[in-house]
Amino acid sequence: MSENDFILKVSNLGVKLQNQVLLDHLSFNVTRGTTLAILGPNGAGKTVLLKTLLNLVPHTGTVEWTEKVKIGYVPQYVAVSDIPMSVREFLLIGNGVDVENSLRKVRLMDNSILDKRLGVLSGGQLRRVLIAWALNDNPNVLLLDEPTTGVDMDSEEPIYLMLNEIKKTQKITIFLITHNIHIVQEYADALLALNKCLTFCGPAAEIAKPEIQRQIYGETVCVETKRGEN
Amino acid sequence: MLDSTFYSLILSIFVGVATGYLGSLMVLEKMALVGDALSHVALPGLAIGITFHFNPYIGAFAFLFVSAAIIWQIQRTTKISFEALVGAMFTLALAIGILIYGKDLDALESALFGDISQVTLLSMSIAAVVCVVAIVLTKLIYDKLVLAMISEDLAISKGIKVARINLLYLFLVSVVVAIGIQIVGTLLVGFLVIVPAIAAKTLSSHMKRYAMLSAVFGAAAGFSGVLIWSIFFGPDSAIPFSGPLVVFSGIIIFAASIVINWRYKLTT
Repeated sequence: MSENDFILKVSNLGVKLQNQVLLDHLSFNVTRGTTLAILGPNGAGKTVLLKTLLNLVPHTGTVEWTEKVKIGYVPQYVAVSDIPMSVREFLLIGNGVDVENSLRKVRLMDNSILDKRLGVLSGGQLRRVLIAWALNDNPNVLLLDEPTTGVDMDSEEPIYLMLNEIKKTQKITIFLITHNIHIVQEYADALLALNKCLTFCGPAAEIAKPEIQRQIYGETVCVETKRGEN
Repeated sequence: MLDSTFYSLILSIFVGVATGYLGSLMVLEKMALVGDALSHVALPGLAIGITFHFNPYIGAFAFLFVSAAIIWQIQRTTKISFEALVGAMFTLALAIGILIYGKDLDALESALFGDISQVTLLSMSIAAVVCVVAIVLTKLIYDKLVLAMISEDLAISKGIKVARINLLYLFLVSVVVAIGIQIVGTLLVGFLVIVPAIAAKTLSSHMKRYAMLSAVFGAAAGFSGVLIWSIFFGPDSAIPFSGPLVVFSGIIIFAASIVINWRYKLTT
């Protein structure tokens, strides 16, 4: 792996807000065109890390994108239930895009959804619409903060399959926060585990090893290797 | 028909459209009561204008905007909710206003409930131009504000200066509220910010229709209230202020929107 393969180099990254250390001495590189899964317990600083990569949070250390990046972001939580906005109107915010094509990119084939309110969409439909919006600018980096929040278990896997296809066809680098070890194994290339500081950084497949799980969680966990089977 | 009544009818349309349109964002931000309470902050400004013989609505605007800017800055630095800060600020303003008015109860009544007998061709024209400018500027930032409501991080990640557009929006709200005080007074102008928007919300599943209906309902409430008051009441009647009639007109529109939504399920 050469230096030129990296799209992001992070060195000695630290975030401190209101005298609380949220991230401490993080250093890692991310290879272009791969999926990096970010794993860690609640409050570990996963979302803060994504916000730091978006330059939304003051930090120390360096965050160096090695080329001009265009970042698409899908936050974990959005407040849409009370806003009378249609899917079409949402997709058109800031973009003069072909909304039907946007839907097809995220495998939403029924155009009637365009005139529905965001607040009445199912969890899976809403996440796909958010991903479609993030893709509107043709980004080369996608930051996804738990992209299947509010999605039932059966609808989770198709979303990751879709993201995998998008990564391959559009040559996008994906940063993915998840708690699901099965998703890390199946859809990520690299794994970054953190609990304010780095607890593991390496190939995603390593998560299957009990000693790596102990390193991340302090104990071995039951890994779901195949859906429906523990 | 008196000239001032005619000018007030025209002014009520502009004020109704502006408060309705800007209020549609206020309601979505879950700041409906903020819009209402903020209007009371104008009271000391009106009093100072009357006491020192300059246009009281300029005083009202100055108080509204300075208060809004202070609240905006404290909220940004302390994360105390807008509602709590506006609550504290508006009661303080009411206290100061009542102290300044002292025994001048007529002037206090006009400030609280509006006095359209003072509307002239010049004041109506200036107010109309200011309303149009406020509407145009709000239209330019409308989508950005809505995106920030959906997710502030999402908006900032797209390069939107959320704090700056929020401040601009507060400034514009201060302007239209100061103008609306002429028609319905400080006590009731909050109604024009809230009720047209919630009536429009019950009938809208699309943003464009919501914003448009909110503006139309604002104009309808303002115009019909002033019209009914001028035909059936007037300044020498038992109801010397048009504000309450504007409120009743708006409530009828709101009630009708509830019935229509219940009958046709327009927002599902």
